[in-house]
Amino acid sequence: MLIAKVFGDNPFCEPSPVIELTNLTKAYGRGDQRTVVLDGVTFRVDAGEILAVVGPSGAGKSTLAQCINLLTPPTSGSVVVNGEDLTTLSAGKLRVARRRIGTVFQAAGLLERRTAAENVALPLDYLGVTASETKRRVAELLDRVGLADRAGHYPFQLSGGQRQRVGIARALALRPSVLLSDEATAGLDPVTTDSVVDLLRELRDDLNLSIVFITHEMDTVLKIADSVARLDHGSIVESGRIVDLLTNPRSSLGAELRPQRFDAEPAAGQQIWNVVYDGTDVPADWIATASQDLGVPLSILGASVQVVAGVSVGGVTLGVTAELGDRVRGVLARYGLSADLAEHSPRTRALEGVA
Amino acid sequence: MTETLLANAKVSVGELPGLLFPALVDTLIMVGIVMAIVVVVGVPLGALVHNLAPGGLFENPGLHTVLSWVISVGRSLPFLILMASIMPFTRLITGTNIGIAAAVVPMSLAGIAFFTRIVENSLRSVPPSAVQVARASGGSPLQIIRTVQLGEAVPSIIGGLTINVIAMIEYSAIAGTIGAGGIGYVAVTYGYQRFDQGVMLATIVILVITVAAVQLIGDALVRLTTPHRRLAAAAARPLRRRAPAV
Repeated sequence: MLIAKVFGDNPFCEPSPVIELTNLTKAYGRGDQRTVVLDGVTFRVDAGEILAVVGPSGAGKSTLAQCINLLTPPTSGSVVVNGEDLTTLSAGKLRVARRRIGTVFQAAGLLERRTAAENVALPLDYLGVTASETKRRVAELLDRVGLADRAGHYPFQLSGGQRQRVGIARALALRPSVLLSDEATAGLDPVTTDSVVDLLRELRDDLNLSIVFITHEMDTVLKIADSVARLDHGSIVESGRIVDLLTNPRSSLGAELRPQRFDAEPAAGQQIWNVVYDGTDVPADWIATASQDLGVPLSILGASVQVVAGVSVGGVTLGVTAELGDRVRGVLARYGLSADLAEHSPRTRALEGVA
Repeated sequence: MTETLLANAKVSVGELPGLLFPALVDTLIMVGIVMAIVVVVGVPLGALVHNLAPGGLFENPGLHTVLSWVISVGRSLPFLILMASIMPFTRLITGTNIGIAAAVVPMSLAGIAFFTRIVENSLRSVPPSAVQVARASGGSPLQIIRTVQLGEAVPSIIGGLTINVIAMIEYSAIAGTIGAGGIGYVAVTYGYQRFDQGVMLATIVILVITVAAVQLIGDALVRLTTPHRRLAAAAARPLRRRAPAV
């Protein structure tokens, strides 16, 4: 672990970032009226990495998206894509540089009077690509997103998921190295969201894209991202690899990423322990072996375990007889589990009230 | 004023087509020329005003206010007043104060002011997100105006154009009072000044038919340029044909 960390911090061993934001700040107004929407946002995304940016509404997510593709110029800080700082470019050069970033918008933003194929062709039209080359490229892109048979359909004839696929194909038209997704799955049903997420992951694998995925949906983050950064009041308050956050019992972002559970009540005389997988090699049968080690049965009151990036992560709520006390913590630690005694369950609180 | 005196002045039914047909052609020529000028000037001007406004592609509040104010002045003058007040200007351009040429100048000015507002209003209904998408796709301001703003607003602009053409037909009748020719001139000289009810009635019928035809054509064009309405109409047609067989 330690060695990995030391090497991880060594710049010579890391892939160079495709997109790097440094101290990005956006403020509106002056003097007393000044509102800081983004306050020193710094992050980097490597080739083939998917970074999710999460945060509540009003955290500055949309402004961040607009600053990344320079639709809104930031007040200070830099946006470096493929080694070039976009914030220093003139309007004309910026228009060219912007082609390296494909943007997928919320609700796709398709032109209603153009067919799916004509919508995908839009960036190629702007670039001045020849008609035959455009036709070939559009067919290839629509095929790539699974809509080859919908080329002549108008947006009103497409479902929400299909519209978003057209939006993705359009974003990829100019072969960008970065894909910026601004709430691309907002408003889609869970099944459609999953299919769009799968498509984005597939595209990442095939094209080695770096994806910045801005969303407010925690469960989508878990499905798509390698890393996550939480934006709150314009600053990144917590960030890291998903696996690291999920296996860190003290990470509040990790706790939010874990599914919410409604646990059962413990039996009489049992204490409630919240157990979190904090190692990357927790044995699958730990509950049986730990019960043997402790010499008492462990009752599972609630559990959610899943595999993220090949690692089992999650949490379990255990009911354990109170006589064992702190021994539980030590035994579970052997298996790569972090255990904490729960404050009180609702029922024990009620019983105390009676006593 | 006796019946016999007036009867001599009246145009017989047989003479009506000879009087009205050339007048209708004059009206159509006048409105046609005016509308060509109105579209050529009004579309770019409307796009300019829209994009000078806050949130536009070349935001400039000062210039927007000035331009908007000029257009509002043009819109607020009743056509008859506008026509009379710009006589010197009309004479400067056309060398005359009467006839079709003289009518085209004030009609074009009034029409441009009218149409600029219609275009501006149509562009406002295009969602700003579509413009953001185009900017992110690397479009230049002119490309975005052409493909997104005007492109998406085509049905709405055609709808506005229909209203504008009808307003111009109405203005051409007013211009008839300065001897501009056309249906309006006939209505004024025969129907109004000579109390010829027959001619008056005929001009009304022709104007109603012309306006209705313009409206029908406009509606059809709006349908044709709106994908979901065009395809809905196409889908409904074979059904109607099949209906009797069932």
